[in-house]
Amino acid sequence: MAKITAREEMAQGTIILNEIEAPRISRKAKPGQFVILQADEKGERVPLTMADTNPEKGTITIIYMVVGKSTARFRDLNVGDEYFALIGPLGKPTHIEKVGKVVCVGGGTGIAVLHPITRALKDAGNEVTTILGSRTYDLLIMEEKMRAASHTLHICTDDGSHGHHGFVTNVLKDILEKEKIDLVVAIGPIPMMKFCSLITKEKNVPTFVSLNPIMVDGTGMCGCCRVSVGGTTKFACVDGPEFDGHKVDFDELAKRLASYLEDEKKSLEAYKKSNA
Amino acid sequence: MAENKEKVPRVKMPEQDPDVRRRNFEEVPLGLTPEMAIKEASRCLQCKKPACVEGCPVSVDIPGFISKIFSNDFSGAISKLWERNALPAVCGRVCPQEAQCEGRCIVGKKDAPVAIGYLERFAADYERKKGTGEVPAVAAKTGKKVAVIGSGPSGLTVAGDLLLKGHEVTIFEAFHKAGGVLVYGIPEFRLPKEIVASEVAALEKMGAKIETNFVVGASVTIDELFAEGYDAVYIGVGAGLPRFMNLPGENLIGIYSANEYLTRTNLMKGYLFPEYDTPIARGKNVVVLGAGNVAMDSARTAMRLGAESVKVVYRRSREEMPARTEELHHAEEEKIEFVLLTNPTQFFGDANGRLTGMECLKMELGEPDASGRRRPVPVEGSEFRIDCDLVVVSVGSNANPLLTNSTPDIALTRWGNIIGDPVTGKTSKRGVWAGGDIVTGAATVILAMGAGRAAANSMHDYLTLGW
Repeated sequence: MAKITAREEMAQGTIILNEIEAPRISRKAKPGQFVILQADEKGERVPLTMADTNPEKGTITIIYMVVGKSTARFRDLNVGDEYFALIGPLGKPTHIEKVGKVVCVGGGTGIAVLHPITRALKDAGNEVTTILGSRTYDLLIMEEKMRAASHTLHICTDDGSHGHHGFVTNVLKDILEKEKIDLVVAIGPIPMMKFCSLITKEKNVPTFVSLNPIMVDGTGMCGCCRVSVGGTTKFACVDGPEFDGHKVDFDELAKRLASYLEDEKKSLEAYKKSNA
Repeated sequence: MAENKEKVPRVKMPEQDPDVRRRNFEEVPLGLTPEMAIKEASRCLQCKKPACVEGCPVSVDIPGFISKIFSNDFSGAISKLWERNALPAVCGRVCPQEAQCEGRCIVGKKDAPVAIGYLERFAADYERKKGTGEVPAVAAKTGKKVAVIGSGPSGLTVAGDLLLKGHEVTIFEAFHKAGGVLVYGIPEFRLPKEIVASEVAALEKMGAKIETNFVVGASVTIDELFAEGYDAVYIGVGAGLPRFMNLPGENLIGIYSANEYLTRTNLMKGYLFPEYDTPIARGKNVVVLGAGNVAMDSARTAMRLGAESVKVVYRRSREEMPARTEELHHAEEEKIEFVLLTNPTQFFGDANGRLTGMECLKMELGEPDASGRRRPVPVEGSEFRIDCDLVVVSVGSNANPLLTNSTPDIALTRWGNIIGDPVTGKTSKRGVWAGGDIVTGAATVILAMGAGRAAANSMHDYLTLGW
């Protein structure tokens, strides 16, 4: 169970794709839902929103950025290896309906999460414009898949190595100035989601974001993933992970994500040393 | 064995020294020696109508197993216990005996009651350490399949009872290890995980299948379990949705629910970080809110993780603290301070969102409330500050909706708890039983086991006779 059936390195090896055997989860999962993975018995429980599912093959796909010990440990798993634990599908699925014109904004591994949502929104009959951003073009993932899932695709790079030179927010702003948009979906780093939401709030365009707080069990049992939404506390694992971007307290989320920064550094260094 | 009952004082449990144990995770009570156990067994009056048995939610034949200990037949004692209780090593450690068996003991009317809990623990440990790996014999196969959702005390009891009766049992557990609250909640120093593992292994030996990493309600629904060939389902998923106090600043870094704090420490072994990957905050000045067993577990865990001071802040008085007497006693011995008649009003943090302190109000006791306990009333103008860098909120749990949302045809109370028949545990859905905290709200291990026992009997009737 939870055997890796395919593995791919993206963005110069900083982002990894795993296709994993999980027949039950693949049959149940809907866009926007997540799984929790654990590499071995001593490992952390890591929540990752699914990038794809293949019920016929009985597999799910996850895409993650290597940032700490746990994801470094995941990176060292090869095709044929098994995850120690895999549970899901968790969280509420994305609410998909035909609303008209939709803009999907993605950055980093958020693009992987955005992909099934974008495809579902297009399949539901929406006119979908997608804006993807990365620091530099070499770090951008899933360009062709996102092109196929959208009617129009814009690429932004911070360094101007491809497409629009600048942030996704600039392009989003331009689009909102020119036409009436019915829904914006923003999934990526917290600053990106925060500033996209600020822009759309000015124009009163409904916006949802997908959050990735620290979790332990992922089933509502611990409350580690609590986020403030419109002044009330929500558990991202059971109430989310998607929330109204206009109501999320992104600053609090960013702070809570840094809860274990020192410990994480210590853990990663120890892992590097033991592998050296 | 009754003649010199007046002369023998209640046995004192040997324990790790408080000053040593408050910094380690080893078990606190060390257990009785055979000599001590036999002597303590001699204090039992062997009542014809034993009140202690009436006080036990699973009606263990208490005089029966004690008389076996007295006659040096320790294996006989464990067999007696197993007749009614699948988890004696656990119950001997975590039951609130003073409110149950020992609270009803006749010896206790004039003297200290017989140490029934210690004796139960002794018999179970003796059997386990002997390591024969003997398990109770199971009846001939009935061909019926049962799904047990949740591997905590009630689920394990249902599984054990139905296995004995010859049914095929699969236990579904969301975590990677079976045991539920016995592994994620109750700390190592109170219930060594090796004991839970051996109780679970015994069930597996009796034929139980255990599916870990399996979230019923997410990976599969109850109706799908029936479609897959299960004949009956037991829901014992626990309460599992921590309550917070809804105070300003409650999402600051350093404020944990007891569930998170204990799960990180016990199940994920955060106390062994970085050997294990899951970190746990090590607070210098720790405050635990609440005064139940879970609060004591949290406070004593914080002390073991190196805290300089640990305060239990509780809005009522010492008398109303709901934890077991032994837990309160152990906590105090370990230099945990009880700040009573005090209620938090808000939390303070620094620019990075990290907890630095909290504001509290003094309380006084007014008229009795619905629970019969005197209601705590705030003393006006009594605000004061407690500096702290870690707070554990341990004020109870609500019902987790994950499973019940996916099974809309199970009737719930307005708080989201499953409505189960108080005698049989039957729910409103045919073929489905429920028990433990998901029905009663947060309670004790033994009450969950009692509910499991009752449900197992009813499920057996259903599987052999019909609904």
